[in-house]
Amino acid sequence: MDATQAELNRNLAQMLKGGVIMDVTTPEQARIAEDAGACAVMALERIPADIRAAGGVSRMSDPEMIKGIQEAVSIPVMAKCRIGHFAEAQILQAIEIDYIDESEVLSPADDLYHINKHEFKVPFVCGARDLGEALRRIQEGAAMIRTKGEPGTGDVVQAVRHMRKMNAEIRRVANMREDELFEAAKELAVSYDLIRYVHDNGKLPVVNFAAGGVATPADASLMMQLGAEGVFVGSGIFKSGDPAKRAKAIVKAVTNYQDAAMVAELSCGLGEAMVGINPEEIRIIMEERGK
Amino acid sequence: MKKRVAVLALQGDFAEHEDSLRKCGAETFQIRQKADLEQQFDALVIPGGESTVIGKLLRELDLFAPLQEKIRNGLPVLATCAGLILLADKIENDSKEHFRTLNVTVKRNAYGRQLGSFCTTGKFADMENVPMSFIRAPSIESAGTGVTVLSEFNGKATAVMQGKQVALAYHPELLEDCRIYQWFLDCIVSGK
Repeated sequence: MDATQAELNRNLAQMLKGGVIMDVTTPEQARIAEDAGACAVMALERIPADIRAAGGVSRMSDPEMIKGIQEAVSIPVMAKCRIGHFAEAQILQAIEIDYIDESEVLSPADDLYHINKHEFKVPFVCGARDLGEALRRIQEGAAMIRTKGEPGTGDVVQAVRHMRKMNAEIRRVANMREDELFEAAKELAVSYDLIRYVHDNGKLPVVNFAAGGVATPADASLMMQLGAEGVFVGSGIFKSGDPAKRAKAIVKAVTNYQDAAMVAELSCGLGEAMVGINPEEIRIIMEERGK
Repeated sequence: MKKRVAVLALQGDFAEHEDSLRKCGAETFQIRQKADLEQQFDALVIPGGESTVIGKLLRELDLFAPLQEKIRNGLPVLATCAGLILLADKIENDSKEHFRTLNVTVKRNAYGRQLGSFCTTGKFADMENVPMSFIRAPSIESAGTGVTVLSEFNGKATAVMQGKQVALAYHPELLEDCRIYQWFLDCIVSGK
């Protein structure tokens, strides 16, 4: 991937800012998401909550199913491949996906190496729990970052923890003396150039979304106020009582996250939220996948 | 006098527009809901993003009719990518239509998916070598009466002007080069 393509890929993430990216499993769901105001959809066979329930190995979705979703909507379509599974990523690139999510939601294919994302023309988004992970993924070529959260739980606590941690570390690096940056690069196991960028600009060099456990308009507002530039909603929409209404409400809540009166109105009569599970109750900890 | 520019901040890369406008000496504020329209402003920017999302939120937040009226009454507008689609009279491959204040027919995602996104440089109005980034960009298929072409790529218009409306298929907000903003503020907003 040349420098221009890398820049264009980061640029596409900039166009998604202030938006909501929704997990969908069928063309019908994709249309509901687009009509509700999703800025992109994530095509996958099973949403994280069901992946959890089913157990076993979870892989890239059937390309046929992804193509069906690409044909159903005009907004960008993303799809997930397993961590380190560059052959799955090659397949997704071959069907001209708009964004690949190298995702901890699927079973990792490689317990050591992530995909060398510089070798691809299509952009990648990757999950991160802290600044070190985010910068390591960017170093590998990721054009967009999201918090890992704990997918499929409907519990926002890990997304909050990851967003707070990442932003606290960014503030710490931004306030460092120049001669302290070398040590920070060593400590976070990332290149000096990336640390230098964070120090000079006070932010990541790519867009950063919140993901994992967002289920209500209030959750979306919380993540935006904590510094997210947009929100992924996975199981939260299509595991709820009235997906179309909830999806619309979350979209509006992201745009007007600072207006509590509007978020209050949006939170009224949404029907049942996804039931959710606490992190203590789950067997598979997805956030531990990929460091 | 500093010009005050309203930036439509429903979704998309509005923050980048604000940075570029401020670099050129303008003051900016965001429009996210109807109450924001009570402020005074000299121009409007409609950013890049997803036109389906912005078009929908414009209506649901009751911004559509008041903004359409202001544009029809001659409010200077700078629109990029999704913004061009929102202003267009016709969208060739979409049943939706939005402001319809700009006499052009556009085609969404005309260069294909993200793999079709590209960068080039070209002439804009009387400026040479202006960098242009096309991200899942629309094309301008045809332009009607009253529309002036400001830039072209492969023989097709990529930026146009009609009255005080300026619409681009690409994204000057993503680049360091601020000449298009300076031109918009000087020639269109101030009318020098």
